[in-house]
Amino acid sequence: MSWDMLTPLLWEAAGQTAYMVLITLLVGGFLGLALGLGLYLARPGNLLGNRLVFAVLNLGVNVVRPVPFIIFLVALGPLTRTVIGKTIGIEAFTFAMCFMATFVFARLVEQNLVSIDPGVVEAARAMGASPLRIVRTVLVPEALAPLILGYTFLFVGVLDMSAIGGYLGAGGLGDFAIVQGYRQYDWAVTAVVVVLIVLIVQAVQWLGNALARRALRR
Amino acid sequence: MTTATGSIVRFEGASKVFPGNGRGGEVRAVDGVTLDIHEGEIFGVIGQSGAGKSTLVRLINALERTTGGDVVVDGVSLGALNEARLRPVRAGIGMVFQQFNLLASRTVAGNVAYPLEVAGWPRARRDARVTELLDFVGLSEKAGVHPSALSGGQKQRVGIARALATNPRILLADEATSALDPETTRGVLDLLQRVNRELGVTVVVITHEMDVVRSICHRVAVMDSGRVVEVGESYQVFSVPSHDVTRRFVATALRDRPSPEVLARLRTRHAGHIVTVGVDEAAGSSAVLTRTLREHGVDGTVVFGGITEVAERPYGSLTVELVGDPAAVDAAVAALRDVTWLDDHGRAAA
Repeated sequence: MSWDMLTPLLWEAAGQTAYMVLITLLVGGFLGLALGLGLYLARPGNLLGNRLVFAVLNLGVNVVRPVPFIIFLVALGPLTRTVIGKTIGIEAFTFAMCFMATFVFARLVEQNLVSIDPGVVEAARAMGASPLRIVRTVLVPEALAPLILGYTFLFVGVLDMSAIGGYLGAGGLGDFAIVQGYRQYDWAVTAVVVVLIVLIVQAVQWLGNALARRALRR
Repeated sequence: MTTATGSIVRFEGASKVFPGNGRGGEVRAVDGVTLDIHEGEIFGVIGQSGAGKSTLVRLINALERTTGGDVVVDGVSLGALNEARLRPVRAGIGMVFQQFNLLASRTVAGNVAYPLEVAGWPRARRDARVTELLDFVGLSEKAGVHPSALSGGQKQRVGIARALATNPRILLADEATSALDPETTRGVLDLLQRVNRELGVTVVVITHEMDVVRSICHRVAVMDSGRVVEVGESYQVFSVPSHDVTRRFVATALRDRPSPEVLARLRTRHAGHIVTVGVDEAAGSSAVLTRTLREHGVDGTVVFGGITEVAERPYGSLTVELVGDPAAVDAAVAALRDVTWLDDHGRAAA
């Protein structure tokens, strides 16, 4: 196929990838932050230490995270059908991505929060701050730079996940590279997509580093 | 010294037991402590690390909850309060920490403003109060910088300003000077003393350094293995220590008594009768010593010793070589025994 015909398809694929990635970053980022904070707070000995809650959350994260995404997609099928109404298409695929991203980001958030000096949290407690206020005014601001870097890392992971969107008919750049490039023996198309993805990742990583540096400038 | 009135903190058989985990058994960090801290005083809690003093002080603002007995702060029994009801109590008690525990993401002014935000002060009042506090601790020009740009002593001043922000009546200082060099320590101790004198704040100082107690504490409790083994006026506790732990602390603060090795070396240089004489407020000064020796026609040469201040009163001992007629020396020794304690090391074997 000539590039005259391919270019609109490439734009369409890029749009699909943007849709999947942005929604996942938004939803997965928010829920992941919440779940990560939950994990941190519920850890025995921490602010809202609760052995049972921690064990459940921790087990959940440990079970979901290592499952290869392509298998996770299938395993999540019944839940996807319940929530989205079908198991294929871009919505179903994005749902699975949000799910996985939440658990991946939760662990990243928790690991970054653990590095905060517990003394600072104790000081805030001593001043009469409530747990919610401590989350808002101590935990998140103190760990902001690593959280930004973690979020950047999540972006790359999410972009990676989106590449197999074609498996559920969700389209996207990965699907484009396989259908229009690999299967047509057109290596140039594949190469173009790869370069495009590398450029996007580079740009986002640069932005993430810059923001993190800014947050660290103290 | 600020006049001490009623008790502002009362421990009533307070205990804190940390449950054991898989590896170790339970830990009795605080074991049945009954203690009164008077309003307006600087109260020291001294003990080796692991003695339970940090846990004890955290019972006062309920960062740790008692597992037995109770703690009453300003008439309020903490044992009866739930977490949400404890928050306003905590806001009324300032705390400074060994590692300062400042928020790295906030400026100096932002750190001092933090407790005011928690207490819900409006912006304008907050700003005015922060300015006032930074002036009090002498860091006005550092308002806009981040803590990472400060020295240890400056960080602790910010910590103290933050702890005082909401006008607490009690200030808890948990090893506040242990991470500082001696000179900076002096500055921070002076500041704590000013807080006590000028603002009338009751200060509770946790330390393992005898020097801290010696220089600012009116009263002191000595802790060992979760128990208070001795409590009283600093001067009393340290001039007449009744517990081994206390004696060890006194020895670290003032190396005024000759060890057997030192004594042996002194012997090689001094042939006369050697005695160690206590110097303290009650038993008289070195002037009494000099006068007594003169009255008996005995020459005295100070060969070892030291005198320092505990709670702003003199305390120490002098080791003196006495030279003169043996009968006169014996009479002088007897006369000194009447006014103070005396260790008689005798004279060198001929």
